[in-house]
This record gives sequence, structure tokens and C-alpha cells, in this order.
Amino acid sequence: MKTVTLKINGTEHTAEVSPRTLLVHLIRENFSMTGTHIGCDTSSCGACTILIDGKSAKSCTILAVQADGTEIITVEGLATAEGLHPIQEGFHLNHALHCGFCTAGVMLRAVELLEKNPNPTEEEIRWGISGNLCRCTGYNNIVKAIQWASAKMQGKELPSTEPVFV
Amino acid sequence: MIAEPFGYSSPQSLDEAYALLHEHGDDAKILAGGHSLIPMMKLRFAAPTHLIDINKIPGLSYIKEEDGFLKIGAMTREVDLEESDIISSRYQIFTDASKLIADPQVRNFGTIGGNIAHGDAANDHPAVMMALDAEVEISGQDGKRSVSINEFFHGFYTTAVQHGEILTEIRIPAASGHFGSAYHKAERKVGDYATAGVAVVIRVDDGGICTKAGIGLTNVNAVPMRAIRSEEALVGSMLSAGDIAKAAQYAAEDCNPSSDLRGDEDYKRHLVSVITKRMINRALERAK
Amino acid sequence: MGHSKKRKEDARFIQGKGNYVDDVKLPGMLYMDIVRSPYAYAKIKSIDSSKALEIPGVVAVVTGKDLEKYNLHWMPTLMSDTQMVLPTDTVMYQAQEVAAVIATDRYIARDGKEAVIVEYETMKPLMDPFDALDPEAPVLRSDKEGKTDNHIWHWEVGDKEKTDDIFSNADITVKQQMHIPRIHVASIETCGCVASYDKVENHLTMYMTTQAPHAIRTVIALVAGHVGLTEEKIRVISPDIGGGFGGKVPVYPGYVIAIAVSFLTGSPIKWIEDRSENLQADSFARDYHITAEMAGTSDGKIQATRFKVLADHGYTDASANPSKFPTGLFSIGTGSYDYGAAYMEADAVYTNKPPGGVAYRCSFRVTEAVHAIERMTDMFAKKAGKDPAQLRMENFIKKEDFPWASPTGWSYDSGDYHAGLKLAMDTVGYDELRIEQAQLRKEGKLMGIGISTFTEVVGAGPSKDFDILGIKMFDSAEIRVHPTGKAIARFGTKSQGQGHETTYAQIIAEELGIPMEHIQIEEGDTDTAPYGLGTYASRSTPTAGAAAAMAARKLRDKAKKIAAHLLEVSEQDLEWEPGKFFVKGAPEKVKTIQEIVFAAYTNHPEGMEGGFEATHYYDPPNLTFPSGAYICVVDVDPETCDIKVRRFVAIDDCGNIINPMIVQGQVHGGLTQGIAPAMYEELIYDEAGNILNGTFMDYLVPTAVESPNWETGHTVTPAPHHPIGAKGVGESPTVGAPPAIVNAIVDAVAHLGIKHLEIPVTPFKLYKELKAVGYFNQQEA
Repeated sequence: MKTVTLKINGTEHTAEVSPRTLLVHLIRENFSMTGTHIGCDTSSCGACTILIDGKSAKSCTILAVQADGTEIITVEGLATAEGLHPIQEGFHLNHALHCGFCTAGVMLRAVELLEKNPNPTEEEIRWGISGNLCRCTGYNNIVKAIQWASAKMQGKELPSTEPVFV
Repeated sequence: MIAEPFGYSSPQSLDEAYALLHEHGDDAKILAGGHSLIPMMKLRFAAPTHLIDINKIPGLSYIKEEDGFLKIGAMTREVDLEESDIISSRYQIFTDASKLIADPQVRNFGTIGGNIAHGDAANDHPAVMMALDAEVEISGQDGKRSVSINEFFHGFYTTAVQHGEILTEIRIPAASGHFGSAYHKAERKVGDYATAGVAVVIRVDDGGICTKAGIGLTNVNAVPMRAIRSEEALVGSMLSAGDIAKAAQYAAEDCNPSSDLRGDEDYKRHLVSVITKRMINRALERAK
Repeated sequence: MGHSKKRKEDARFIQGKGNYVDDVKLPGMLYMDIVRSPYAYAKIKSIDSSKALEIPGVVAVVTGKDLEKYNLHWMPTLMSDTQMVLPTDTVMYQAQEVAAVIATDRYIARDGKEAVIVEYETMKPLMDPFDALDPEAPVLRSDKEGKTDNHIWHWEVGDKEKTDDIFSNADITVKQQMHIPRIHVASIETCGCVASYDKVENHLTMYMTTQAPHAIRTVIALVAGHVGLTEEKIRVISPDIGGGFGGKVPVYPGYVIAIAVSFLTGSPIKWIEDRSENLQADSFARDYHITAEMAGTSDGKIQATRFKVLADHGYTDASANPSKFPTGLFSIGTGSYDYGAAYMEADAVYTNKPPGGVAYRCSFRVTEAVHAIERMTDMFAKKAGKDPAQLRMENFIKKEDFPWASPTGWSYDSGDYHAGLKLAMDTVGYDELRIEQAQLRKEGKLMGIGISTFTEVVGAGPSKDFDILGIKMFDSAEIRVHPTGKAIARFGTKSQGQGHETTYAQIIAEELGIPMEHIQIEEGDTDTAPYGLGTYASRSTPTAGAAAAMAARKLRDKAKKIAAHLLEVSEQDLEWEPGKFFVKGAPEKVKTIQEIVFAAYTNHPEGMEGGFEATHYYDPPNLTFPSGAYICVVDVDPETCDIKVRRFVAIDDCGNIINPMIVQGQVHGGLTQGIAPAMYEELIYDEAGNILNGTFMDYLVPTAVESPNWETGHTVTPAPHHPIGAKGVGESPTVGAPPAIVNAIVDAVAHLGIKHLEIPVTPFKLYKELKAVGYFNQQEA
């Protein structure tokens, strides 16, 4: 067993784990933060995406021991005392989620995307979230939500959230 | 999906890592980015008894031009290649390739050293390295040695890296003159392994004559392969449409693809031909 | 109605506070992992659990022999066939459950699974459904007494004689063999459960990924009633569901094993599938081999269609269909066109593949039918020398001809197909695209335009025809309004992302005038919700949505009586406007719904029951018939054969729309699940019965890169028999998109001699077809 100490959403946590423990299980089982999900076993779906030291990561493909000493943000840590993160608002206002299962992973991936590229084109967004599978939304509104969050984070005029439905 | 139990060490230096490799024997594995190894362990296709995590060893991640080489530390992440100014201004072949490797989250962790040392002909960097005529630095308790990429891949998942050794650096002859490079792979969907991939490096002189050509092929041979006849067809030529077509044809003939879900042999040869042609043209465009 | 209200359910999902089944944790909970067969067809010679039981933390290993003691080793399927829970002697498909390992955590359960040693004697599997029909073929279901072949059932509909007669005399006939391949819903959440049996109370609480919790409770009672689990002792809770698409309708063996183990050990048992188990063993969709034919006149009038189907059901018929419909609603296959004769027949066979036959976002086999009719319409147009849009316009059922009796027995309720196609053509710029296409062809470029104008049939269904295991397919709503005028409403359906908490609240708000923010919606707990058949086949709005409106109207009737009492007028003198009753001609004499509800608890008229509650079980008088006109534009790389969807315009008619944002979101998602089988997804098996693409590495679910930007729109033809005129929409796009895409790809290469392409149309497949017609020879020459 190894001792792992890490910060999750600003709070320090410690656990004794076996080396094979996956980070996603440490978060979900040991620390009972179940907003991070598991959707596959081949690092393909992105439902388990979190931020490790600011980098979006598939927590099903990282060992808990590897995360020793890191700072992690999960979906539970996106909102602050001031309110929802713009990406959360964007997802809600643009109907970018249906069943909600992939949502945490896509949002966290989008947070890093916007951090690095505050003004992405539609194509950059689509490629930027290509490690996240969504089976419900068809992605149109996810793209729209990320564009909305981009505007909001830069203090620009906010795009309409009404559906364009001729 | 859960791996079999194993031991874990996180050395702080290469010397410590070599010692651990010796201590744990053949069943120990180096953990770099982990995005090839951990999925295989979860599926129980691989079951090392000990993982030696080299992520905490300082000094293995860099991109720099020095002594006539582009030097890339083995632990340099794909994302660092994507975001590097040196790479995007002079070695676009990496920008092309990185964008097509897996997905952004995987590229945040996957390393160039791991991509090569995995010894998988389906990975993209081996072909890129062959086109670039790279050298690989392998380090161990007895010091460092340098191996040409042409001698690096021995077979399915086996490479020149011997037990007790670690791949530490990749050295590429620095871009000079009218130099252009390009990579593309056909894939069934974004992030897939290549159905067929082609890496091309071209240098031309002021008169437009090709003075150097490197062509590497992805996933159309048991080990990563170099299209030598194609290279020869280009060097010394004016890179006319006919010259390029000939190089494309040779690449298609010389590769040795197997039929699988991605396509049959005939289709893969066809793709090699088409992509070789397109990548030569793209590299040439960039060389100008 | 018609307002894009933001969803009430979002708050918990965007903050990581959803509650999915793997989030359920109970004290003393054990974990279950399942040993699966590496072979498609084999005798089990022995199962040795001793090594597994030596692992600290492994509590038990359960086999078919153990379940046999309680007669729980077999269970009935929804189609009255039988399915193994765990085998006692033979495995019938690769990845079939063989034994279950119970341990104190999921890692140990996994180690235990690896340590169970099973000895098999392999047999040659039967993988091809046509081979399965061979009289010499081995009989797979020898467990069934008197079974001498692999045939499951024969079904037919329509007028064979009349149809054959038209075909014999027709100017033009077209015929095509096509396969609608086996695919998988692959919801991002896999299936799983926590079965928790309380020995003291003899009570089972079952948290599970199910789209139909009430029906499941009844099924459990039918299967396990003999060991004392009668229906009042069973509580099924369907928590938040991470996507269903039909894959969470069936009862999988894993659920039953978990219940059995919890029953035997008294501990809560958690079972969560891996993705590979999900893809390899859970219910498939489609897998119809269709010979489709169409006959008509030389000037392009469709006269008749004839379809013959061979359905590959795997080793048992575990389809999720209404009992009387072995091919589901496949008989909608005459499409949107006005002609008088059709004949369809189908046969089903057993093979050594996993069982299933679920929706994949489709109303009971409508997708297969629509693919056949829309492909044939294009082939017929080609042969008649007509533009496919024009031919459709000339053959559509006219708006004024509804209700329209179809030659296979349906009564289409309403539609305006001409308006839909016209809007789609105008939006995409159809005529300009045809001009551009002609120009591109001259330059050797490949571009195609494909159309699909489909009719769906959803909202199952009227009780005279529709039942599952005898239970009629009504659905229910119960509305309870509290004294302060705030409400809770409960339903027999179960959202898996469709946004019921918002849509139902909007319907009730509309009917009662209570703000939707003050209407709490609950589903999925069989102890609290009224009985219903669940959410699939686009039935929730047509059935439970109608039930909500009807229950609300019962309350409005009561409200009127109370208002009359409070205002001291007669009911006839009152007028309703959302949220209040007022006296006709004296609008100042008014009682708000809140005042009325308060009075229902504090000051109700003598002789009236107190309280303010209503329940309605809605039995639809007919199905609803949503329709759509889709146009797809593709560009094909003439060298690599890569296919790029350039435009896709989807015009849907789902009747009156409650929430355009949600409807549009459903259309977007359905379209991506339409491009998936059209171009990417297929479950592939080799002759030895091995699945070749049983993970997300090779089962190609489209990402945001493959999925194009969808352009959506709508026409509105209200369902005349539905209380709010709605028709249901969740599945139309999955049904309508594949033929539009394939028609576009075929159109791009039709001039090169290609008549038909099988889905999924991959670049590899297209390359082979083009090579076969000599296209690359011409190119090189």
C-alpha cells in the first residue's frame, strides 16, 4: 500500500491505496465524489475527465499513486461561492446535456480548451472535445455552450441561447 | 477493468531508475505517459509485476535546437510538441502527427519517448522519426548510447532498448535549407490508429532539385518501415508529378499491410499511394 | 406550450450531483463480477472455483447449478422465449455469463473472476442466419422439447395476391437485398444494479438501470414469486440513467444473478458492467436481412412494395417488442406514399450470437422498414428517370387524405409531407445543389444529395393491440397539489435524458396555470409512482404527456366547482384563463388556482372530497405518426473515398411542440445516432463466433468531429386524437437519417455505376465498390 496525498477542489485528501488503484476509483470510492464517471475501459469516452494541475486528464488511465502531490479539479469544484462556472452556465442555457453522464468530463475538457484557446473556432472546439463521447446531444449544443462560455469568460456580448429551429 | 496487482516505485533520478530496473528484473516496466501501458494492463493483456514511474525524474522534457540537432527529451508530452514554436515553425510534421494521435486528454500525458519505445507499428511517431532520420539516445548504468531509428525497431513490441535501459532523448538533424515535412494518416474516426499513415521529409536545393527525402510508413508493416525505394526515386529529381507518382507507387508496393477491420491489403496499399503523393506535395509546398 | 424553458434537471448534472446507479453505496455492500465465455458455442465440462475462493475477500462463486436449485437458472424473455440466467451445461454465444464472483470490493471480484477455471468443449457455432435455416443445420435450442430446426417464427402482413399481381404487370420493378447490421446502443453509462434484499422484512430494493421500472417489478415477481418475492415486496428504483436508447429495457442475467445472490446472502450486491461486457453481451439492435422490392408505372407512380425479412435473433428471442408484434412496427414500411398494395413477411432464426432486438433509439423496428422503403424509393426514381424529390412529391399521401388507411393496416393520423419536403428543399437550396453537382461531375468531383421522407409510428399504444407480457401499454400521471398551490407529479415513465422533469412540468403548468418552477416531477420509484410501462419507442409524450394533461384537466374540473362555490355563481358562469377562473363579464370576480387549491383543503364545498389530487391512466386511441423530410449533402474524396457530410437539413413534424429547445436537442442527438449506423457502427463477428470489435477502440461511436453541424427545422401538423396534439420525437432522426445519408453517397457515385451501398458505408467499403466497377482503372488511365 502507498500513501497518496493530493488536493481535490482545494481540499487536501490522503488515502492508503494499492498501486493498481485507478485515480477515478480513488476519487469516486475513497473520497465519495461521484460526479466523475466511468464510461469505458479503453480511455476512449472521456466521461472520467478531470483536471490534474490544470491539464485535462482521463482519470481511468492514471494510477492514484501517480497523482500524489497534484492538485485536482473535478466537476464538484467548478462552481465557486460566487456561482456557477461559465461553462456550467453555458451548458445549462444552451441545452448541452441530456442524460448528464458525459457532462462533467466534457465541461472539464472545455475548461482547459478555453484556458489555452479563449476564442476557439467551431472546428477547434470539435477537435478539442474529440476525446469525449456524448451519445445524447449530437454535439451541436455542446459546441454552442462552449462558444457561449468563451464569450462570457472574455466579457463579450453573449450569444443568444434560443434554439435556431426554422 | 482492473489490472493485476503490481509494485510501484517513483524514482527521482535516472540512476535510481536503473537500479530499480535491475532490482525488479524482466517483469518490471517503465511507466512514462502510461496511456498505452495502463489500458493494456487494465485489459490484462500486460501484467508487469513492478512499475517504475519516471515522471518525477527532472530534466527529461525539453525541445531545443543544439549542435545541429533538434533534441527532444523522451518525456516531452505530445501537447508540448503541439504547442512548441520551434516545432510549428520548422517541423510541421510533428504538428500534423500530434493532432492525429488519440485525443487531447491523452496527448496531455502521452510522451514522445513512450510512443516510440512501445515499439508498436501502429503508433505515429516511429514513421515520423524514420522520415526525419532520427537518432535515439538510450541510457543505462553503463552510460548512454545512440541508435539510428533505422536500427531501433526489432519486432512486434520489441526495440533496441535492452533491459535496464531507458530511452532518454530523440535527436533529429536540424532543419536547414529548403526543408519541408508533412504527416497524414487515414483513420476510421478521429483518434483511431492509422489505417495507413505516411510521413514525408523533403529538402530541395535552390534549383528545385531534391537533395534529401525521408519517407516513413505507419501501420502497413509488422514494424515501422521506411520507404527506401520511394526516397531514392525522389532524391536528385525535380519532384515532377511523374517522380512523385513513382515514389507513391513504390511505397504502395514495398509496404506489407495486413487485412483487418480497417481495410484489406489492397485498400491499404492504395491509401499509401494516395497519401504518399499528397504528403510529398505538402512537404514540398512547405519547403518553398 | 412552445416555450424553450431551460431544463429543471440540469442543476444537479452540471454540478456533479446526479445519482446514477454506480453512485449508490449501501452498508455491507458486496461487488459482483461475471465470468464470461470465450467461446460462441461450447459445452461446459467443469467449473473450478477453488482458486477464486482462496483469494481473501472473495465471498462466493455462483454457477448455473447453484441457481438451478432454486429454479432461477432460466428466465422468460419479453417475447415469451426463454433465456439462461447462468448456464448449467451449454454456452450459446461469446461473452455469455458463465459464473458470478462475489467479493468485498470490485478489484477483488475482478481477481476472482480471473481465477475461476472453466473447462469447455467447443462446438462449431452457427453464425450466419441463412445457414441457420438449412435443414441440415444443428438445432441450437435442443433444450426446447420437440424443436427440430432453428426457426423461431413466421410473420406476414398485407395482401400477397394483390401485390404479386401488381408486380407481375408493373412497368418498372426494382429489387435490392440489404442488410441492416447488428449495432449497439452504447449509452455512455453501462448497465448495472444494486440488489438489496432485507431478510427480516422479506423485501427487495432494486436500484437498476431500467427504462421501465414498473414492468421490471412485475417481471421480477413473475420470475422470483415462487421463492417468496411477491410484487408488494419488491421496490424498483431507477435512479438517474446515463442514456438508454432501448438498451435498458431488457432484463439482463446480471440483474437476476445480483438479486439471487442478495437473496441468498442478505447483503446488498452491486454489479456494474464494463464497457466491453456491455458491447459484447447486452442486447443488440437491428440485424435484419431484407429483400426489398418496389413496383410502379413508367411515369413514376409507386404501385406496390414487397419486403421479405430474415431476422437474426441470436440464441433466444429477447426482443423488446409489444407481445403481438414479433417484428415490432416494421409494417410501417409502406412509408409516406399513397399506393394500395403491400406484402411483407419475416422469419426469425436462432444463431450463436447474443440475444436482443432493442430499439437503438427507434420505435420497434421502424428504422429497418424506413431504410428499406427510402432506399427503394430512390432506386425506383432512378429507374423511372425522375428526380428523387419530384418523385416523392408526386407519390406523397396528400394532407387532405388523412386519416389514411395504409395497405398494412395502419391508420395514419395526420401529416403534411409536401410542406415538409418543400421546406427542407428550400432550406438546403436543392435546385442550386443539383446545378452544382452537375458542374462538379464535369470536373471529376464526387458530390451527392440524398433525401429521406419518412413516416414514424410511435406512442405505443392502444390497449386493444398493445401489451407487454399481457400488460396494456397505457401510461400514467398522478398530480398532487399542496395547500399552498405547489405541486408534485409522478409518472410511470422514466427519463434517460429526455428532460421529462421539464416537459411534464410545462404541460401541467399550461393546463393548471401553476408556474412550472413550482411543479416537482418524480419518476422511477415503483413505491411512489403510478404504474406505467416506461420510456422507449418515443412514447412518453404521446402517453404519459397525455396522461399529465388529462389528470390536470380533472383537477381543473374540480377547481371550477370550487371556484363556483367560492364566487357563489354557477359553473356555467365561469371562464378559465391559465391560472384563474373568473365570472364571465365580471373579470374582477376571480379566484386564482392557488386560492382554489387552498380552499380544497380549507373550505371545500359540502359533498365534495377534500384535497386536490388526480391520477390518470391514458390509453391512447391511436398511435401517433410523426414524419420528417431530411436532405443530406456529401462530398466524397475521389482518391481516398473519405466521405464528408457537408450539409444535413432535418425538417421534423412531431405535432404540437411543448419545448422547442428540448425537441431540437432530441433531433440533434438522434441525427448523430443516425450517422453512426450509416457510416461507422456495426458489431462484427468472425466465423468462429468471436466479436471483432467489442470495445470503444473498434466500435466506432462518432465524436464531435464525425458528427456534422445539424440544421434543424419543423412543420406542425397536430395529432388530432392527442389531448395536446403532440406526436413524440426522440427517435425520428435516428430512423430518418441513415437512408438520407446513404442515398446521398449513392447519388455521389451513381454515375459511376453504383446502385446500392450497404451500411455502414465506410471509405473502405466504398473503395471496394468503386474498384469493382472499374473506377480506379479509369482514373489511372
